[in-house]
Amino acid sequence: MLVLGLETSCDDTAAAVLQDGKKLLSNIINDQTRVHSRFGGIVPELAGRSHVDQVQKVIRQSLESAQVELSQIDLIAVTVGPGLIGSLLVGVNAAKGISYGLGIPLVGVNHLEGHLLAIFLQNQIEFPFISLVVSGGHTDLYRVDNFGQYKNLGRTRDDAAGESFDKVAKMLGQKYPGGPIIEKLAKDGDPGSHQFPRAYLEKGSLDFSFSGLKTSVKTYINKKQNENGGNSTINDIAAGFQEAVVEVLSKKIITACVKEGLNRVVVTGGVAANGALRKAVASECEKAGFKSWFPDPVFCTDNAAMIACAGYHKFKSSPESEADLLDLDATASLYLD
Amino acid sequence: MIQITTRSADETLELGEKIGARLIAGDLILLFGDLGAGKTCLTQGICQGVGLEKEAYIRSPTFTLINEYHAKIPIFHVDLYRLEEEAEIINLGLEEIIYSPAVTIIEWSEKLKSEKNSNEFKYGIQDRLEIHISSKNETLREFTLLPVNLSPREPSLFPLL
Repeated sequence: MLVLGLETSCDDTAAAVLQDGKKLLSNIINDQTRVHSRFGGIVPELAGRSHVDQVQKVIRQSLESAQVELSQIDLIAVTVGPGLIGSLLVGVNAAKGISYGLGIPLVGVNHLEGHLLAIFLQNQIEFPFISLVVSGGHTDLYRVDNFGQYKNLGRTRDDAAGESFDKVAKMLGQKYPGGPIIEKLAKDGDPGSHQFPRAYLEKGSLDFSFSGLKTSVKTYINKKQNENGGNSTINDIAAGFQEAVVEVLSKKIITACVKEGLNRVVVTGGVAANGALRKAVASECEKAGFKSWFPDPVFCTDNAAMIACAGYHKFKSSPESEADLLDLDATASLYLD
Repeated sequence: MIQITTRSADETLELGEKIGARLIAGDLILLFGDLGAGKTCLTQGICQGVGLEKEAYIRSPTFTLINEYHAKIPIFHVDLYRLEEEAEIINLGLEEIIYSPAVTIIEWSEKLKSEKNSNEFKYGIQDRLEIHISSKNETLREFTLLPVNLSPREPSLFPLL
């Protein structure tokens, strides 16, 4: 079965062709950040209009690179939310057009479900498992019992983890996106040079909060500038901040496993590309006797392969999930459970 | 113009609630203040004051750009932090939101000024409640509330008891 996946929920326009749920034939991501940085690092073009410019090109590229014709596609899977409504609508309507024109069935996919199932592009792991979706817009812990069966166990009450990486990078005078920059700076820093706060919230809570940490880094940088004091370098601050985020994320994963009585862990989403987080989670899990998996970085950041994968499993496990072409619509705030 | 100081995130939430309780459909709240000033925290309070249940997750829209909450008056929570170019702000559909019968709260409203130090705003923005936040130290925050042409309401915005 050939699935065409389409994803336009945020900055990137992406299309992918996936065979039988795991054989990836193409995975095209029009990453505006990268395109623009070639011309001197302009901020990404953000909303619907750029998707309109890109969507046809990206779909064509994904078919060409997979060496398949549009008419051979058996199923179209498209992100219907959550995301920016103007951006989502571009993908949804492109998908509806193809579906209607060629009579190909269509399924709507929740962007978060795409992240939760991205690991199945690489490993056919067993259910149930704990999954942390951690990115610029999300920090969510889920219990995943089967395809389509997800239970939210905790989420951020303010900033997402990825957002705090970007904002701290900016405070340190660095560019966007901040995640890879902080990770690089932290490699040459001493995380113990200044102890930043860890927000564990109420005992046993699986929610997150990163706003206080952000403010604390800001206050520390200001203090350093005003008093000319403190021996911490930019690298030390990056290292101390990263350690605070990574520690909370990895500890809460373990708490979630213990609470739910599970021993399999998947970490996914853009921040899951961070090496320090992968290392910390892998080591905490090993200590506890749990197994952990991480999608390759290219499947961690927003991509259409994961949408195709989620759409494939959704359609296969319940063919009635095929969308009614007139009813399918994009929804800016969409929850999984 | 009135100035209010809060000493903790909880006090900021409380202040937000008091403001939110006095808002009506069509109100536009412009927030100004640096990283970590407490814009999202104040917004959480405002949303609760408007009537959004306490359990609702009001999260930073830095990445999502626009969060929509369903209280008795719909709330749009907008964040312009990541937007640099005017075209991006226009593409966001901001004008549609500002002139809708909802409460609209915009973080990083600095980016809506027609010129850097001007008191004029783009997109024909006139009626508004400006809230300027400055951090005095890690927990102390000073809020300057400046209503401009706000439609009359009962109870009135001030005094904020």
